[in-house]
Amino acid sequence: MILTAALVTGLGLGSMYGLLALGFHITNAVSKTVNFAQGSAMMVGAVLGYTFLVTANLPWVLALPLTLALCALYGLTIERFLVRPFAERGSDSWLMATVAGGLLVDNIVLFTFGKEPRQLPSALTERTVDVMGSGVYPLQLLIPLTAFALVALLLAVRRYTRLGKVMEATVQNREAASLMGIPVRRVVAAAFALSSVLAAIAGLLIAPLYSVHADLGTVFGIKAFAVAILGGINSALGVVVAGLLFGLLEATVTATLGSAFTQLVSFSVVIVALALMPYGLFGKREVVKV
Amino acid sequence: MKNWLKRSGVAAATAIGLCAALTAQAAETIKIGLVAALSGQSAKSGEAITRGLSIAIDEINASGGLLGKKLELVRRDDESNPAKGVLAARELIQKEKVAVLFGGLDTPVSMAIVPFANQLKTPFVGVWAAGTPITRNGAKENYVFRVSAVDELVDQALVNYAVSKYGAKKPGMILINNSWGESNEDGLKKALAAKGMASAGVEKFESGDVDVTPQLTRLKAAGADALFLVANVAPSAQVVKSLDRMGWDVPVVSHWGPAGGRFGELAGASAAKVHFVQTFVFQEGQGGKAGEVLAKLKAKYPEIKSLADVTPATGIANAYDAMHLAALAIKNAGSTDGAKIRQGFYAIDGYDGLIKRYQKPFSPDNHDALGADDYIFTHFVGDEIKPL
Repeated sequence: MILTAALVTGLGLGSMYGLLALGFHITNAVSKTVNFAQGSAMMVGAVLGYTFLVTANLPWVLALPLTLALCALYGLTIERFLVRPFAERGSDSWLMATVAGGLLVDNIVLFTFGKEPRQLPSALTERTVDVMGSGVYPLQLLIPLTAFALVALLLAVRRYTRLGKVMEATVQNREAASLMGIPVRRVVAAAFALSSVLAAIAGLLIAPLYSVHADLGTVFGIKAFAVAILGGINSALGVVVAGLLFGLLEATVTATLGSAFTQLVSFSVVIVALALMPYGLFGKREVVKV
Repeated sequence: MKNWLKRSGVAAATAIGLCAALTAQAAETIKIGLVAALSGQSAKSGEAITRGLSIAIDEINASGGLLGKKLELVRRDDESNPAKGVLAARELIQKEKVAVLFGGLDTPVSMAIVPFANQLKTPFVGVWAAGTPITRNGAKENYVFRVSAVDELVDQALVNYAVSKYGAKKPGMILINNSWGESNEDGLKKALAAKGMASAGVEKFESGDVDVTPQLTRLKAAGADALFLVANVAPSAQVVKSLDRMGWDVPVVSHWGPAGGRFGELAGASAAKVHFVQTFVFQEGQGGKAGEVLAKLKAKYPEIKSLADVTPATGIANAYDAMHLAALAIKNAGSTDGAKIRQGFYAIDGYDGLIKRYQKPFSPDNHDALGADDYIFTHFVGDEIKPL
């Protein structure tokens, strides 16, 4: 029974890491930059969701698209002001700029949303269903399903649509794509918007199981980056599988040794795994063309 | 020109008059210091303490003050940071020359101020922080008094309650993984040992844990028939939600963490199942002193509309009683000299307070006015804390 519970929890947490890591993957693929404050984007999603659903009492068909749209805008803002000015001039300072931006947003939320954690109610966490002898909320089952659906969608878009081709071209060679008339800047901006939307979906999914507060995303963001590296940041499927493995590992350690050991063991495993496979579980060494 | 001269003359005269009035007033007041969290996550605690102290000070001033002088509250923010707390305490004692210093919610801040207060021979009165060594600090001349819960006594009360209310024989512990959880682990183990009982196990969890079912499942498998919970409000809620998910209906006896926020909202309907310790609760239609103080609070602070706005009442009530006890100590001392006030605390005979009727509350061996019998068990009903 302990292991069933661990399995469900692990898949749920793992999907969170996977969704955030997917955001890292997308922006890294098209622009070799990431928003290090992915955790803050996740928190913004949860906070906006709470504000629209509870404070403004909007129906969810309105509140959820509104939240995701604003998070897309948030992603565009991050790219425009914290990444582009540095990346285009060949500086790596976007790294610190996005970290600082995340801290700024966390503190703004602390002042506007408030310091007290709040609860986002959900119809999906009112009753439990029985899965092999342990009680599970329907939402906990929905979380991994959503993550997989999003990965499948992303892979399909990449492979079969025009947008996918454009992104793929940008990934393969930025200058050439630009010369072929692909608006590279817009593709990069879209990647950041998409990455924030994925984080927001993660935030909205986890909030009813957890609580909504300003530093909700901090730990998730850090773990998701570890997951992205572990999976191999240039493989979409890789980061999601790595996320699930990391979540399952955490839950198993918590179930068997206790949560005092969770981070100790799980991060040690990541370090060992990377020492053995420096490009991640599914990553490939980048071919440097001379 | 003439007009200008005249006007500035009036202004100068007014200013001089004002200054004179201010200095005169300053000399005529006895300053009462407070170092507590007035900003940050624990700002609500500082607000509650301020309210309790202010109502008591208003009452004392209305009946003529102390030693022929009015009392004046001087507050400083410690931002829950021990270093800032000591700095603020230094300023209040050395520059503002407060007669008595009150402390806030954070045990680490109070622990940092304790040696300083003892060294400067200034009475330091705790009204919230429950860490056992704050008052039992080993100083030869101990200037630290407290009107609040004491961890070690709370742990005894938790064990007594679990046994008498639920007939617990093998309770388990689910504790936050920090120094507060650790100090209560020791206290609970001692309290259980004193009753010849053993625990079903000790499980720790992190404040960021989304799911506590693995730890709880282990306690359940070990045969726990009740749970002791020590954690702040949000992590406590995670424990309750995990219990719900497991469908494990086990009695939960808790330290006062859940009182610090919106536990009713965070933990949902099962919040009411958690029984936690408090020193005082306001109730609707309460007569006597409690009704009187509540009316005064509502009059002075219009933002207090319902009982949900005087939560947690513990901070207000502890501060209110502590201020009146300190006033009696100053009266006994007949002076604002720290050493004399300390003796004044020992000389307090009796005081009919908000929490209880105090009888010889302090002695050289006991600097805690509240004991294990003074705790009440409460739970959340919606947003309000109600006694059980």
